[in-house]
Amino acid sequence: MKSLILIFLLLLSPLANAVDAYQFSNPEQEATYNTLVSELRCLVCQNQTIGDSNAELAADLRRQVHEMLQQGKSKDEILQFMTERYGDFVLYNPPFKAKTGLLWLGPVTFLIIGVVTVLLFVRRKKTIVPVNTEGDVEKLAAVRRLLTDKNSEN
Amino acid sequence: MLKFIIPLILFIVLAVFLAMGLKLNPRDIPSPFIDKPAPTFSAPKLNTPTEKLSTQDLKGQVWLFNVWASWCVSCREEHPILNQLAKQKAVVIVGLNYKDEPADAKKWLDTLGNPYNVSIMDQDGRIGINFGVYGVPETFVIDKKGVIRDKYTGPVTIELWQQTILPLITKLQAESA
Repeated sequence: MKSLILIFLLLLSPLANAVDAYQFSNPEQEATYNTLVSELRCLVCQNQTIGDSNAELAADLRRQVHEMLQQGKSKDEILQFMTERYGDFVLYNPPFKAKTGLLWLGPVTFLIIGVVTVLLFVRRKKTIVPVNTEGDVEKLAAVRRLLTDKNSEN
Repeated sequence: MLKFIIPLILFIVLAVFLAMGLKLNPRDIPSPFIDKPAPTFSAPKLNTPTEKLSTQDLKGQVWLFNVWASWCVSCREEHPILNQLAKQKAVVIVGLNYKDEPADAKKWLDTLGNPYNVSIMDQDGRIGINFGVYGVPETFVIDKKGVIRDKYTGPVTIELWQQTILPLITKLQAESA
């Protein structure tokens, strides 16, 4: 029983996000806030968004996002504000440009290399299959005979 | 023969990439601020909170902007070096006391020495955000026109000072305001 409770509690852990009691003027604003905090990277704990993180900097950045929304700033204006200060690194969805080219094209390139390699490999394997020799033909015939005999017995 | 060479080349390429990855510091994020005007601020001084220091007051001189806090472990490591630099009087050092308690900050300067010409307070971290601060200590080199010319994340070391920061400061001090 104890372990069951423990498992249940562990299952709840993904819900343990950082929570601030922010008031929003309207539901759209709250939705924008939620998108923004899940798109901005926490620079202290680099593999978390500022929405997930309990780091002080993340809390400050959430406050900043909230304040800017209250001032009527748009999503793009806030993203621009953050990029001007922290660079593209702060974005979990960085724009495609020369500097981030490798980031965007790298995985695709590797996928293509992988697919091509597999295709080449499979092709080569096919051609390597040995041509039936006399002996093989005889063996095959023997196997077929055995199989048909078995079937007829049943 | 090709059978061995191709995997060997792939392995070498992979090894080179991984080796480069090992050398990179994931915390060393390129600052978008280099060669951009420093964000403006006007903030109370740590020792005389009724007085304010603004970016305007610092125009016409080269200054170091060092972000520090009494809770920051690496700052303690960096502090003796800053004290040494202060003795050399090569450059004006302005401290940004980031998200700190003024009492703790003053105690820190009293016990460890005060390398700063002046420190300003940023208790809620807003100036920090404007400067894109994410890891204390950070040090900005700002020229006579108020433009950020370089930025270092993490403690300033003697090597960094002698090989990089000091030559840069000397160069900047020769520039006209």
